[in-house]
Amino acid sequence: MTVLLSAQNISRSFGGLKALNNCNLEVEKGSITGLIGPNGSGKTTLFNVMTGYVRPDSGTVTFDGTEITGEEPDKVFARGIGRTFQLTRIFGRMTVLENMLVATQHDEGWLRSMTRSKSSTVDVDNAMEWLEFVGIARLATLQAGSLSYGQRKLLELAYVLVANPDVILLDEPAGGVNLTLINQIADKIRTLNAQGKTFLIVEHNMEFVMNLCHSVTVMNQGSNLVSGKPAEVRTNPLVLDAYLGGDDEEVEEVVNG
Amino acid sequence: MLQKKNLWWLLGVALMVAFPLVVKDPLYTSIGFFTLVFMACATSWNMFSGYSGYIALGSAVFYGTGAYTMALVSIHANMAPGAAMFWLVPLGGLVAMVVALPFGWIALRVRRHTFVVITIAVFFIFQLGASNFSFTGGTSGLALPFIQWGSSYYFIPFFYVALVLVIFITAVSAAVRRSRFGLQLLAIRDDEDRALGLGVKVTSVKIVGFTLSAFTIGMAGALYAMEQGQIYPQFVFNPVFDVSVALMAFLGGLGTLTGPLLGALILESSQQYLTVSFSNGSLYLILFGSLFLIVILFMPQGIVVYLRDRLSKKAELDRVAMKTNDVAISGGTN
Repeated sequence: MTVLLSAQNISRSFGGLKALNNCNLEVEKGSITGLIGPNGSGKTTLFNVMTGYVRPDSGTVTFDGTEITGEEPDKVFARGIGRTFQLTRIFGRMTVLENMLVATQHDEGWLRSMTRSKSSTVDVDNAMEWLEFVGIARLATLQAGSLSYGQRKLLELAYVLVANPDVILLDEPAGGVNLTLINQIADKIRTLNAQGKTFLIVEHNMEFVMNLCHSVTVMNQGSNLVSGKPAEVRTNPLVLDAYLGGDDEEVEEVVNG
Repeated sequence: MLQKKNLWWLLGVALMVAFPLVVKDPLYTSIGFFTLVFMACATSWNMFSGYSGYIALGSAVFYGTGAYTMALVSIHANMAPGAAMFWLVPLGGLVAMVVALPFGWIALRVRRHTFVVITIAVFFIFQLGASNFSFTGGTSGLALPFIQWGSSYYFIPFFYVALVLVIFITAVSAAVRRSRFGLQLLAIRDDEDRALGLGVKVTSVKIVGFTLSAFTIGMAGALYAMEQGQIYPQFVFNPVFDVSVALMAFLGGLGTLTGPLLGALILESSQQYLTVSFSNGSLYLILFGSLFLIVILFMPQGIVVYLRDRLSKKAELDRVAMKTNDVAISGGTN
């Protein structure tokens, strides 16, 4: 298997806090990789480093054989790395369809973008197809700000997909949504994965991670602790230790899966 | 539906065209002229600040630059006073654009609130410069070639050129709204970091929008200078101008096409009318104050949005849905 996206020896401090300390992560092409760890272990910071939102103090991020450390988020996205946020971030005062069109990629200068209609038939058809895929096509003309939290999660997934990225980073896709929707999202991820998309998922819902992911990396205090198959990771004593420092419920979740 | 909308626009233009012919009093034509100039400026301002949410309070930099361009070029080129000077109007816009590039490049490196402060600071630098440099004539300003058109006729050419300018700027603003570029500006308004993460080149989009809006404000400034015949730094680099154009857009409806037009129409025409008919230069402040209270209390999104919401049932449904789902509207975590 080839590694599509990797982070090597990433360190990043915020003031005196070492959010990431020599952290390593590899995402294999075509896999669904899970990233778990107690709250504050640096998962989201690692996401931010890999997508260009935060510059690492040291270390490198490599995508498809090219080093992309420190590139701006727009460039990273154009390369084929899409991401969602832990708390959904959508364009609330635009329609659902317009949200989708923002993510549509055209490699062009500003002059061309000023003369190009925002809603060409090709772009709209493509956007509607993805809205159909996640199941919110009927909401296309609504203001995105009027969507429910779960619908926003779906919209976020859809507009990342519209640009056809190779790898998709999902920050807590199952957080704050009901069970039916969680299963629905898991199904979508499996379908896309079968079509060749690679996923990296941060999630606290252990059942979701254990059922969905091919491999799991556990983080603790800014470093990667263990990587392996979900079943192996679940019983690893180091992982249990890491979670014991955290929340009791989470320990139970890891143990019971 | 679309046909009907276009008819309204045509009717508006027709009314404007007929105005100086029906109301022959030059006093009202001059009020009409100033109103059109502010309609042009408020629409220009909205084209960047309204769409992107970056509230600029230094637009007078471009207005003044346009005005000084008109004055300096017409004086130094020894232009014959008359209609030929209208050709300098686009030049005023171009020079304002050149000024806007470094201004925007610096000011747009920071986010919203800091951006407002920087635009104000840059504005005062320009005002100070205009009052102190010798080539700008210092505080005594500059006298342009004197145009000897009769007093009953004087304002009519200016009125129509201003009308053409307003139509042009409104068309540009509408084109921006329909373009991919405009969509990106709106995305920046709603969540800049998210837009960046979806491949929007936010810095260049902002600078282009800022420069474009400077171009059209500069043209309005040049036209104003030509009409006045004499410019002073405190009138073309006027902090009240900065605030006025922003308030006009807010009153009408920020980010809408008709909002700034309507806002400027209401505010500027009533200000001019009150000043002229009561020969009291500050009476309009009372009107402004009470108008804004009413708008902020009852229609915080501006008159146009308020009316549109009232008229449209779809918006009504959206609002109900919005109320029930008010949670988590502003995400944002890193």
